[in-house]
Amino acid sequence: MASRKRNPRSPVVTDASHPSDEAFLDILQRAAFRFFLDAFNPVNGLIADTSRENSPCSIAAVGFALAAYPVAVERGWMARADAVARSLLALRFLRDSDQSGSPNATGYKGFYYHFLDMQTGVRVWRSELSMVDTALLIAGALTARMYFTQTTAGETELRELADALYLRVDWRWSQGDATTIRQGWKPECGFLHYGWEGYNEAIVLYVLATASPTHPLGDECYEAWTATYQWENLYGFDFLYGGPLFMHQYSHAWIDFRGIQDRFMREKRCDYFENSRRASLVQREYAQRNPRGFAAYGGNCWGFTAGDGPTDERPEVANEARRWFGYAARGVPYGPDDGTLSGSAVMASLPFAPEIVLSAAHEMHQRFPEMLTANQYASGFNPSLAGVDGRAWVSNGKVGLDQGIVLLMIENYRTGLIWSLMRNCSYVRSGLRGTGFRGGWL
Amino acid sequence: MLERNFAYTPAFDDAHSRERLERLHPPQWRNPRPVDRYDLAVIGGGPAGLVAAHGAAAFGARVALIERDLLGGDCLNIGCVPSKTLIRTSRVYAEMRDAARYGAHLPAEIRVDFPAVMQRMRAIRARLSRVDSVDRLAAAGVDVFFGGGRFVAPDALTIDGTRLHFRKAVIATGARPDTPSIPGLVEAGFLTNENVFDLTELPRRLLVIGGGPLGCELAQVFCRFGVHTTIAQDMPLFLPKEERDAAQILSDAFARDGIEVRLNTTAIRVRVENGQKWVDLVNDDYHDSVAVDAILTGTGRLPNVEDLGLDSAGVEADSITGVRVDDFLRTSNPRIYAAGDACLEHKFTHTADASARIVVRNALFKGRQRLSALTVPWCTYTDPEIAHVGLYVREARDRNIPVKTFTVPMHDVDRAITDSEDAGFVKIHVRERTDRILGATIVARHAGEMINEITLAMVAGIGLRTLSNVIHAYPTQAEAIRKAADAYSRTRLTPTIQSLLARWVSW
Repeated sequence: MASRKRNPRSPVVTDASHPSDEAFLDILQRAAFRFFLDAFNPVNGLIADTSRENSPCSIAAVGFALAAYPVAVERGWMARADAVARSLLALRFLRDSDQSGSPNATGYKGFYYHFLDMQTGVRVWRSELSMVDTALLIAGALTARMYFTQTTAGETELRELADALYLRVDWRWSQGDATTIRQGWKPECGFLHYGWEGYNEAIVLYVLATASPTHPLGDECYEAWTATYQWENLYGFDFLYGGPLFMHQYSHAWIDFRGIQDRFMREKRCDYFENSRRASLVQREYAQRNPRGFAAYGGNCWGFTAGDGPTDERPEVANEARRWFGYAARGVPYGPDDGTLSGSAVMASLPFAPEIVLSAAHEMHQRFPEMLTANQYASGFNPSLAGVDGRAWVSNGKVGLDQGIVLLMIENYRTGLIWSLMRNCSYVRSGLRGTGFRGGWL
Repeated sequence: MLERNFAYTPAFDDAHSRERLERLHPPQWRNPRPVDRYDLAVIGGGPAGLVAAHGAAAFGARVALIERDLLGGDCLNIGCVPSKTLIRTSRVYAEMRDAARYGAHLPAEIRVDFPAVMQRMRAIRARLSRVDSVDRLAAAGVDVFFGGGRFVAPDALTIDGTRLHFRKAVIATGARPDTPSIPGLVEAGFLTNENVFDLTELPRRLLVIGGGPLGCELAQVFCRFGVHTTIAQDMPLFLPKEERDAAQILSDAFARDGIEVRLNTTAIRVRVENGQKWVDLVNDDYHDSVAVDAILTGTGRLPNVEDLGLDSAGVEADSITGVRVDDFLRTSNPRIYAAGDACLEHKFTHTADASARIVVRNALFKGRQRLSALTVPWCTYTDPEIAHVGLYVREARDRNIPVKTFTVPMHDVDRAITDSEDAGFVKIHVRERTDRILGATIVARHAGEMINEITLAMVAGIGLRTLSNVIHAYPTQAEAIRKAADAYSRTRLTPTIQSLLARWVSW
C-alpha cells in the first residue's frame, strides 16, 4: 500500500517543482486563517460559527482556531504571544463556564453545547450538548498544548488549561445506557434519539474518550461502534463507506492515520488515510457519472459534504419540480444531491489525493471563481442554479469548520505540522492503542 | 349435520364481496360431522393453515381445518393482496403526475376515483379467493369447520361444542395489529390493516403512526392518491430492521412524493376538539400537534394465542412472541406444532407457507426439518421496493464473520436508466476474500422480483463467481446482480495476475 511506504514523519508531499501550487495553497490557507481573526471575540476568545451577522459561536470552530494559531505562528502570520493570548482567552472562558447542564448553561459533564452566544457563551438555539463537536474542541486544545511548550507563564497556563478541560470531560457518561457514544444530549429530553451508526468523523472522539485518565469509555465501546461499519466495493474501489466527505476528513485533521491500523483496517488490509483517498476517488467517480444530470459535475468538479444549500437563501426554489435542499449533509452515491458542491470539501482531501484535488481545485476556481470571496470558500455553490449572469448560486456564508479543515489539511499536506504535534500527544497515542491501533509510527 | 355457524358479514356488500364470501366462508355452510380422529387438525385457515391442510391431505392424511372468520387469512383479505392492488394503482397516479419526466404530456386533470380503485381491489381479491376456497379444500378431502376452535385436552379440541380428536395438530392462528397505547387513540377512532381496505372515501389528511412495512407502504399509497399524508416514526429511520442506506433512500422518496416525514417522532396523545382530531407529537424537545381526518397505525403485530385453550393442551405461549416452538416448530406439547404468524418472528405469507411445509413433514412423517435452515427473503413494496435476504452486515459482524459488500447503484444499470428508475442499489454481502453470499439488500423499483435470484443462489450454494458467468438478458434491471458479481471477479485480479495476463496477451 502506497501510504505505508512513505516516511511517516514526513509530510505527504513537498513538491518544490510546483511553486504555483505552493503559492496557490498559501493564498488559500492564509485566507482561511483570516476567518478565525474575523470571527474572534476578543473578550472571551470564542469563534463564530459562520461569517453571517449575529452568528453564534460553534465550539468546533473554537477547536479549529486553537489548532490554527500554531500554524499561523509557524508561518509568521501571527506573533506567538498573540496566539497564546487568544488561546488563553478561550480556554479560560471554557474552564470558568457554567457546566451545570441547565438550558442556559455553556456545558455539562465537561461537554459543551454545540452553539453558544458569542458574547455570553451560554447555549443558543436550544442546541444539543454535542459529543463530537466537543471532541474537535478538545483536539484543538490539545494541539495548542503540544505546540506551546515554552516555560513562560502564559504557555504553562495554556497547557494546564487544555489538560484540565480534557480531563473534565465525562466521556463514559456520554454512552448513556448504550454501547456506543450518543450523538447529543439536551436538558429538555436527555440523550437524543438520532442514530449515529456506521463510519463517520468520530474516530478522534473515540480516541480521546478511550485515553481519558479520568472518565474513559467502556472497553467495548469502540469495537461496538466499528461493528456498524460497512466495507463496500463501489465503482471499483474497496472502502469503508461514508457518504459525505467530511466524515473522511475531520478526524484526519488531527491524527495521522498513515500506516496505522485498528482491528477493522487490519482485517481489510487498509488504513483510514488510504480509505479517505478512496472516498475522494469515489466522489470523483460519482461526479463523472452524474446520475441526476446536474450542471458542471465531472472529474474536476466534485465535492459532496455537509453545507449550505439553495433553499436556505432562495426559498422560492423549494417549489420547483427539481428538489433543492438547504443545509444538508450531501453525500454519494445515495445523496442528498441537489447539484450543490463544496470547494472546501475537495481541498480538505488534499493530503489524501493531491493529484486529483489540485487538478479539481484549479479547474473549479477557474470556472466558478464566485465560490470564493477573499479566497475563502463559501459553504456551497450550485452551478445548476445559475443566475441570469451565468454565475452559480453561492452560499452567502462562510463556515468556520470549512475554513478550519482547509487550513489544517493544507498544513498537513505542506508540513505535517498538526499530525506531528498530535503524534507526540500521549493522550492520542494512548487512545489509539486503546482502540486497537497498531503499526506504523505508533 | 351440525348447527349452522355464525355468519360473517363483509363490511362492503357488492358482487365481488359476496363472491369472496361465498368462497371463503359460505353463509349457508354447515360444518361436517367429524371423523373419530384426524391425522392433522389445523387451527386457522390463513396461508400457513391452508398449506398445511392441502399438503397433509395430498399425502392421504385425514385433515380437519378450523377457521374462525374467513379462509385466506390476513394475506388475502386484509393484507398483501388488497395492499398490492392499491399500490399498483397508486403507482399509476404517481406516473401520471410524473409524465413529463418520460416525455409524455401531463393529463389536464388527475382525479382520483377512489371507489373505482377499491372496486378493482375487491374484484382482484375475489378472483384470488378461488385458490383459498372452501370448495378446493373440500375437494382435497379436508373437513372444514367454521367456528372458534379451543383445545380441551392434549389431543382434542372443540368447535361450538363439537369435539374433535387429533393425532397431531398445528396452530396457525395468525396475528393481528398491535394497537399502540396512545391516550385518546381508541376514543378518536383509527384505521389498521383490518379496516383500512373497507374505506369508501379518502380522508383529506392522514397521519400514519409507525414506519414499519405496512405504515410505509400505505403512507405512500394514500399520498399518491392525493391525501395529505404525514408519517410519524419514533426511530431515526424507517424500516429499522433494514440497512441505513435503504431506509435513507426511502425517506428521500417519501419526501419527493410529498409525504410529511416525521422521524424520531412519537405520538403521545390524540384529542378530538369540536369534531377535529388532533395528534400531539414529540421529537426530543420539540412538541407540536397535527390536525388530521384519519389515523392509521402500523406499529407491529401480535400473535393470536388467546381463547385457544392452550393451557388445556399443555402448549406454552407468550402474548408478544406467540406460541413457543423449537427449531422443528414443535410446541411444548409434542403432538402440537405451530406455523406462521402465530409463532414466527418474520411474519410474512411466504414464511407462513414455508413453516407449514416443515410442519407437515415433521408432524406426519417424523421429519427433522429445521426452521433455522430456511433462507427467507422479504420485501417492502414501497416505491422503490426494499428487499432483503440472508444476513445484514451488522449480523455478520456480530458473528465475527468478515464481510464485504459489492454495491451497484441502480444508476449504473442501463435498464434502470432507460426506465428512469435509477434510485436504489444492489448490495451483495459476501464473506471476505470468498464469493460466498451471506445476504443481500436490493432497493429498486422491482426489488421484490430481483431478490429471488440471490435467494436461489444462496439456497443452491452458488457464489458470485458463478453468477458472474450467468448471462442476464439485456437490458434488465437484474443485470445489477451480474454487475456486482463482475465487481467481485475484478477484485480477484491481483496486480500479479494482471501483469501475467498482460504478458500473455502481448505474447
